[in-house]
Parts: sequence; structure tokens; C-alpha cells
Amino acid sequence: MALLEIKNVSRRFGDFTAVDDVSFTVESGEFFTLLGPSGCGKTTLLRMIAGFDLPDSGAIVLDGVDLRDTPAEQRPIHTVFQSYALFPHMTVAQNIAFPLRMAGKADDEVRTRVREAVAQVKLDKLEQRYPHELSGGQKQRVALARGLVNRPRLLLLDEPLGALDAKLREQMQIELIRLQRGVGVTFVFVTHSQAEALALSHRIAVMNHGVIEQMDEPDKLYGFPKNRFVADFIGNVNMHEATVAATGGTLTLELGTLGRIAAPSREGVKAGTGGVFVIRPEQVSIRAAAEASPDPNQFEGVVNDFLYIGDVTTYIVDLPDGKRFEALLPNSAPGRAKFFEVGDHVRLSWKAEAGAFLDA
Amino acid sequence: MFLQDAPEGGVQYWELLVSGLGWTLAVSACAWVIALLLGSAIGTLRTTHRAWVTRVGNAWVELFRNIPLLVQMFLWYFVAPEFVPALKSWVIAADPAHAQFLSAVLCLGLFTSARIAEQVRAGIQSLPQGQRLAGMALGLREPQVYRYVLLPMAFRIIIPPLTSETMNLIKNSSIALTIGLAELTFRAREIGEYTFHFFEAFSAATLIYVAIAMAANRVMALVERRTAVPGYIAHGAK
Ligand SMILES: Nc1ncnc2c1ncn2[C@@H]1O[C@H](COP(=O)(O)OP(=O)(O)OP(=O)(O)O)[C@@H](O)[C@H]1O
Ligand SMILES: [Mg+2]
Repeated sequence: MALLEIKNVSRRFGDFTAVDDVSFTVESGEFFTLLGPSGCGKTTLLRMIAGFDLPDSGAIVLDGVDLRDTPAEQRPIHTVFQSYALFPHMTVAQNIAFPLRMAGKADDEVRTRVREAVAQVKLDKLEQRYPHELSGGQKQRVALARGLVNRPRLLLLDEPLGALDAKLREQMQIELIRLQRGVGVTFVFVTHSQAEALALSHRIAVMNHGVIEQMDEPDKLYGFPKNRFVADFIGNVNMHEATVAATGGTLTLELGTLGRIAAPSREGVKAGTGGVFVIRPEQVSIRAAAEASPDPNQFEGVVNDFLYIGDVTTYIVDLPDGKRFEALLPNSAPGRAKFFEVGDHVRLSWKAEAGAFLDA
Repeated sequence: MFLQDAPEGGVQYWELLVSGLGWTLAVSACAWVIALLLGSAIGTLRTTHRAWVTRVGNAWVELFRNIPLLVQMFLWYFVAPEFVPALKSWVIAADPAHAQFLSAVLCLGLFTSARIAEQVRAGIQSLPQGQRLAGMALGLREPQVYRYVLLPMAFRIIIPPLTSETMNLIKNSSIALTIGLAELTFRAREIGEYTFHFFEAFSAATLIYVAIAMAANRVMALVERRTAVPGYIAHGAK
């Protein structure tokens, strides 16, 4: 049985629907992520799971028990807030010990559990500091330790890494994974960073305007986005309006005046259907226009700009119909960081299995 | 001059001042305890999300804040006994000083409680919303959230305004002279009238008020230092 079941949950504020008929389940031990742009309803959903807010309709079920009549403080669920919400008048050790003390645990059990938790989040030697004497990353660790110390069934995390700088964020991501696997507590994690979601999660629900657009494992979500929004939101993507010219083993798509391409076929599309063709920059090969490519799909273009990112270079190429496509080229050969200049004529190409045809 | 005998009671003038000081301190201390307890309770209730509780709290604050203190003093001493027969018979039978003392303590205590309630409410509401939610998320019931999470920080934050409320209370206690309580200002005036040395009498009273205020101030500063959270409040312990 699933640990957490969200069944047709809706929440309206006036005539604005913040969460619209959302359903999903979270398995025990899972790292589940709610991903979506600002204002899509992630926090609203999380607040209802935590019990700070009630759904207008639908049910939230934990371990088979409907939580409607269970107030926040009685749910075996903890929340780690973006603002950490540490108690400023308590030391690190007191903050972490607090849930245990309130649960009436004996002194030596509290001491042992706090020592364990402190070691887990690597806060040794800082136990006697107060929150205002800690850095952002250290506060974050205290909040995590406090959330985990009495082993909730479920830990909700609302953009817990939002306030950290890029380097620290990455470090904390790795520790989050380690912690979650280590303690076996189920996480429901909220973020609007797709990179973070992909790196951390077992499964991701992509939300937009209060609905779940797609729910899948990270690689499936990235490789097989179901619609234009998901394709665009997860990673980088090239898009081009397309019409189905012929169906069969592969789809034949008409990309406007650009010409025809072969694309992976999809169930239920008929000739004449309009939509978009999407393809990831790393699936697009780039070479000098004079060189031949074995790929069935190829177009010549002119380099408009390039971004040297370090490990790869992204080329932005103007196609003959005025559209722009991006192609990624790894900089793996030392000393050969840059292959093309602005204005160079290049050939973009991709395989028939690459990319996807999506509804507009 | 203060060593001269007063015309009544066989005491010297300085002894009158000391007895006045005694009443001032007694009234202030009792009223302060009432004000702090009631004020904290009402200030706290005003921040709970229960509409009628909040309304009662707001009404309390508006009532006691908006009636002039002098009028409140008269209401407690002259009017309140008219409505409560038991109180009236006690007032008639009791030593007038006791009735005056009780009226003054109630009046100043309730008046100041309204002001402290306002400070406590502001203190609690200045805390981030996440504090309350974090308490609930960690399994605390509402009274526990207040007891362990919100009030400890709110009180630390409002120590400076509480200090000035304390000093106001001590100074306001002089209004009790209008109902005849023989507190410090009353005695100073009395000495002035007996000796025509108003300047000396009121200078002495002034010095005593300043000394009390400074002592109260120092005590509050000590409390503030003792309870300061390292690194939290800028002027706390460094
Ligand atoms: N109490 C409320 N009253 C009215 N509207 C609200 C309320 N709470 C949230 N909303 C609206 O609901 C929508 C979803 O808000 P929510 O906080 O869930 O977004 P979010 O996905 O968490 O965004 P972010 O990434 O910025 O935190 C927003 O448009 C917000 O304005
Ligand atoms: Mg949010």
C-alpha cells in the first residue's frame, strides 16, 4: 500500500483555483518531488498535506487513514521550511532535541538521538551555537536534523535549498540524497529548479497552474516529455511548429518551409495533425556545412552565437526559415574548446529516433 | 527641614516621605504584577485565530486605553462600589487607605494591562509565521507553541517597551493622590502645605521618583542582558 495518497485534491481561493483535482501516490521510502514554476500551487499542496490548510474537495490519506480530521500537530509528518524556522532562543542541540523533549522522551535517549542526528548532518562542534551564529547551509542542516530526529513517517521539504548559493546547494543536494537513503524516511520535496528535481528524485510530478502535467522518473520525464510545457520546463529544448505529413514506422513531419523530417512515431496521430516537434540540444549534432552527415534529418545554418560553458559549448544556429536551434558540443578535447565562430556555415543533424512530436 | 516634626502623628517630615514612598512602591508593584499577567494573557489571546477571543481582547485594550486614567481612577473608587453592594459595605467598613489602595491597584493594573497587551501582541506578530507552523509541524499543541516557541522570543523582543511601561506605571501611580491615597506625591504636597517649602518638598519627591525609575531601568536592563540570545538582538550580549 502506498504511504501517501492524494485523491482528487482541489483548493480554491475565491474564484482562483490554486490546486486543481490533483491525484498521486507516494511510496514508502520514496524521494518524491513536486516541480513547477512559481505560483503553480506547490506550497498550497504541501500545506494541505502538513495540515496547515484543508482541501476544498478530495482526500489526503496517510497509511490508509484519511487525514481530514487530524490536525497538523497530530500528523506523523514534519515540514522543513524554506526559511528554516529554527527557534532563535534555542541552541543547535536544543533545537534538535526539541521534538524529542516535547514527545516526553527520557534524557539519555534524547542525548543519544541528538548526538546521532548531529553527526548525520555533520554539525559536530556547533551544538552550543545559536541559529544566528550559523551560516545558511548550517542552519539548513539543523532544520533537517530537527525534522528527522524523531523519525516522521513523512518529511515535507518546501524549497529547503532555495536560500543557498550554487556551490552549497550542490553539496546539500548530495547530502540530502545520502540522508534520505540512510534514514529511509519518505521525502516529499518541493522545488522550482528542474536540475535539482532531476538530481534528487525517484519520481517527479511536474505542476503547472494547479494541475499535474506529467509524473514520471527523472530520465523518462527528460527523455519523453508528454507535452510542450514539460519539454520546455525540464531542461533545454528546441521547438518547431510541425504538421504530420505521413504516419507509419516513423512519423514524417513537415517543419513549415524548412522541409520534412523523420521522427519517432506516436500512437493516435493522424496525417494532417498540427503540433510541435521538440528535440534536446545534445541530440543535435553540429559539423562544418561542407562535411556530410549520415543522419536522415539535416539542415544547414549559420552560427549566430555560442556559449562556452566549460565542459560543453552551446551553439545557437540560425536555420534557413529564420528559426533558431541549439546544439551542444562537448569540449572533451583539450585545447579545442571552440570549434566554430559566429558566421560559420554549419550542418545540424539528428537521428530519426531523436526528438518527439507533441500536441501544440 | 525634613527633620522637623510634622504637626500630626508625632513623626518627622522625612518619615512622611518614606511612608509615601512605601505606598507608591506597593501600588506600583501590585499593579505591575496584575498588568503583566493580564496583559500577557490578553495580548496572547489577541493573536490566536479565534474571532470572538480576538474581539474580546481588542475591546479590552480599547476600553482601558481610551478612557483618561484620572477618570478610571474615579470610576474605580467612587462608582464601582455603587454597583457591587458587597464591595460597598466593605468600603464603608474598611480602613479608607485599604479601599484607596485597592482602587489604585486595580485602576493602574488594568490600564497598564491594556498597554502591555498591545506590546505582547505586537511582539508575537513580529515573529515570522514559520515559527508557529514549525511548532505545529513538530507536534506541539497551540498552548505549547505559545509557551515554548512564540512567547520566549516575543518577551525578549518587547523588553524595551516593557521597561518604559513599567516607568509609566510608577509615574502614573501619583494619580492615586486624587482619591486620597497618601503616596509620595500626596506627601510632598502635604509637606509643602505645612511648611510652605514647596520647592524642597517637591525636589525631594522628584529625586525619589528619578531614583525609582533608574532602579527599575537597571533591573530591566539586567533582565535583557541575561536573556539575550547570542547574536540575535543587536544591542544584546556581544
Ligand atoms: N491564502 C491565499 N489566498 C489567496 N491566494 C493564495 C493563497 N495562497 C496561495 N495563493 C495563490 O495560489 C497560487 C499558488 O500559490 P503557492 O504558494 O502554492 O505557489 P508555489 O507553487 O508554492 O510558488 P513558489 O514557487 O513561488 O513558492 C498563487 O497564485 C498564490 O497567489
Ligand atoms: Mg512555494
